[in-house]
Amino acid sequence: MKYIDEFQDPALARRLLDEIHSTVTRPWALMEVCGGQTHTIIRHGIDQLLPDQVELIHGPGCPVCVTPLEVIDKALEIASRPGVIFCSFGDMLRVPGTGRDLFRVRSEGGDVRVVYSPLDALTIARQNPDREVVFFGIGFETTAPPNAMTVHQAKRLGIPNFSLLVSHVRVPPAIEAIMQSPSCRVQGFLAAGHVCSVMGMAEYPELAARYQVPIVVTGFEPLDILEGVRRTVLQLERGEHTVENAYERAVRPEGNPAALAMLEDVFEVTDRAWRGIGVIPDSGWRLSERYREFDAEHRFSVTGITTREPAECRSGEVLQGLIKPHECEAFGTLCTPRNPLGATMVSSEGACAAYYLYRRLDLQAAPAAPTTPLEASPVG
Amino acid sequence: MAETAPARTAPAETAPLDINGWTCPAPLRDHPRVVMGHGGGGALSAELVQHLFLPEFGGPALAQLGDSAALSLGGVRLAFSTDSYVVRPLFFPGGCIGDLAVNGTVNDLAMSGAEPAYLSCGFILEEGVEMSVVSRVARAMGDAARAAGVEVVTGDTKVVESGHGDGVYINTAGIGIIPAGVDLRAQRVVPGDVVIVSGEIGLHGVAIMSVREGLEFGVDVESDCAPLGGLVRSMLAVTPDLHVLRDPTRGGLAAALNEIATASGTGVLVHEARVPVPPAVANACSILGLDPFYVANEGKLVAFVPREHAEAVLDAMRAHPLGRGATVIGEAVEAHPGMVVARTRLGGTRVVDLPLGEQLPRIC
Repeated sequence: MKYIDEFQDPALARRLLDEIHSTVTRPWALMEVCGGQTHTIIRHGIDQLLPDQVELIHGPGCPVCVTPLEVIDKALEIASRPGVIFCSFGDMLRVPGTGRDLFRVRSEGGDVRVVYSPLDALTIARQNPDREVVFFGIGFETTAPPNAMTVHQAKRLGIPNFSLLVSHVRVPPAIEAIMQSPSCRVQGFLAAGHVCSVMGMAEYPELAARYQVPIVVTGFEPLDILEGVRRTVLQLERGEHTVENAYERAVRPEGNPAALAMLEDVFEVTDRAWRGIGVIPDSGWRLSERYREFDAEHRFSVTGITTREPAECRSGEVLQGLIKPHECEAFGTLCTPRNPLGATMVSSEGACAAYYLYRRLDLQAAPAAPTTPLEASPVG
Repeated sequence: MAETAPARTAPAETAPLDINGWTCPAPLRDHPRVVMGHGGGGALSAELVQHLFLPEFGGPALAQLGDSAALSLGGVRLAFSTDSYVVRPLFFPGGCIGDLAVNGTVNDLAMSGAEPAYLSCGFILEEGVEMSVVSRVARAMGDAARAAGVEVVTGDTKVVESGHGDGVYINTAGIGIIPAGVDLRAQRVVPGDVVIVSGEIGLHGVAIMSVREGLEFGVDVESDCAPLGGLVRSMLAVTPDLHVLRDPTRGGLAAALNEIATASGTGVLVHEARVPVPPAVANACSILGLDPFYVANEGKLVAFVPREHAEAVLDAMRAHPLGRGATVIGEAVEAHPGMVVARTRLGGTRVVDLPLGEQLPRIC
């Protein structure tokens, strides 16, 4: 596929790795903010190939992971009600709320459906005028515009039985919260390319200047990640801290004006709780006054549900880069993808699940090449 | 990296930690009701069988947990297998539920080295389904049975009320004779065995997804649904000493390799760059956030072959129409017993785990 294969080329990856190795003179801690990038890093073993001095800290950029427990509980409550069709992206179904997940609600008779776009949920609402259809609108600046567009359409077409359970979050305030944490170790950021393809890059220069950190916007293929790391390390070694765009094939500095206008119309900035981290000021969106009638929390009167998070889950520290997943006492014992304590163990983009799935191997005992290498044998 | 990696934990099935906190002896404490994942061919399915079915009616033959049972009956070695088909939509690019119902069971028999011979066929039809649909399915079953060289010799039909089924469900069971000298079991796998896959992976799963309600993405992929008896016969003709065969259906290549690694207690190392993933499958998976290793196949097999026979077996496979794309993807190793590890294109490694339940598309 164009723009995929050429960004996974092992020879080019090797060249970038060599450049990173020859650039680094001392230890640096970089954070990739986005869960999609975390997934790529672990899946391709990129962290094993970087120099020891380059540490990648996995940030709070998995929308599934940071959705607060109490929002999940609201979703479970709404999805359990008779007459409701609850639509969600697939990976939210396994996220544990208090004692159950959406799969469980479905097995108990709830009408929970996986959709691939919020517009599909709107279609379901039009086909089922006697049912209340709710879409679980979670995610970062990437999933917010289609959700905004869907609510906009619902209002324009006068579809009264559609609503949105909103838990949108924004990247820049999260970066700010991480940098303000007293125990912060992050010295440079890989910013999420898809977020910037919507929002542009205007929000980042101020952050880079205020906290003296390089911020490199990059994509999701192995070469994107490596190029992002290379540029960030180069800046750090030179003592620079500017915003760079390493994802020019998708990101324009001004972002996507149509999407921005839609967000402006439908949403308004609000404080938002992040699972495991707590409330970050101005870090989320809610439906604006003009669209409040489509807010599922109000429609189903679940605004009062509040939930405390389990004490033994340290996902908050993982999401802030304070500990690595396997440094949590519960990792792989009390907490596994089968029995996740926190969302970072649920989503395949969650740092804990990624570690559990791809890195359970003791790397010290990584598989040696077979005694008779296949390359040298006549087989194959 | 300089960090200390997490200590290895044993696979979930055998990890004592999973038993920790089992406060009551009742099975499946996490799931008071059946969830979709219990039918996904992954860890949840395995748990349902291990903790609920086996204690109630498991004997030594069932405890083997193969795709088919190998039995001795009147001095003959028989393979016996059953499978139910609940695919939606009923018709998809490259086949329909009828082909699947024949080939799926034929392939389960073939994986034990048997010559598939006879099938049973149980229909569960939904009230109101169009007769033309049933007729198309039946015709496809007849064509598939003839192509596979098997005969449907007994059957049953039930009808459920409208709204209680997806139009057509089919169960087929099959028997076949296992030739003398053939003993295909995961327990026979030893370090050094060569792992061969018979062709491109992920076609069936992507073909189904491409026409599933709400997805309908344009992709030029047809299901690889096909009977593998002939391919297995040509492999066994080279040497009866193949160690194990699996058809990687639900849960895909990852599930098949994990089953073999767990049952044999050896490690499996896969070279990601050698696994044949066709571009259309790679693209669809990339868009949907799925991993091709976990996507279903219906006309492929994975073979663990002693190294000294690997080349001859590979040649025989490539000479067969259903094995033209056969390729070596890895080997059984002494390291990381019971685990499947992939060496990535870039030279890193990662664990390829057993899928939990259903694969869920990722958000972004």
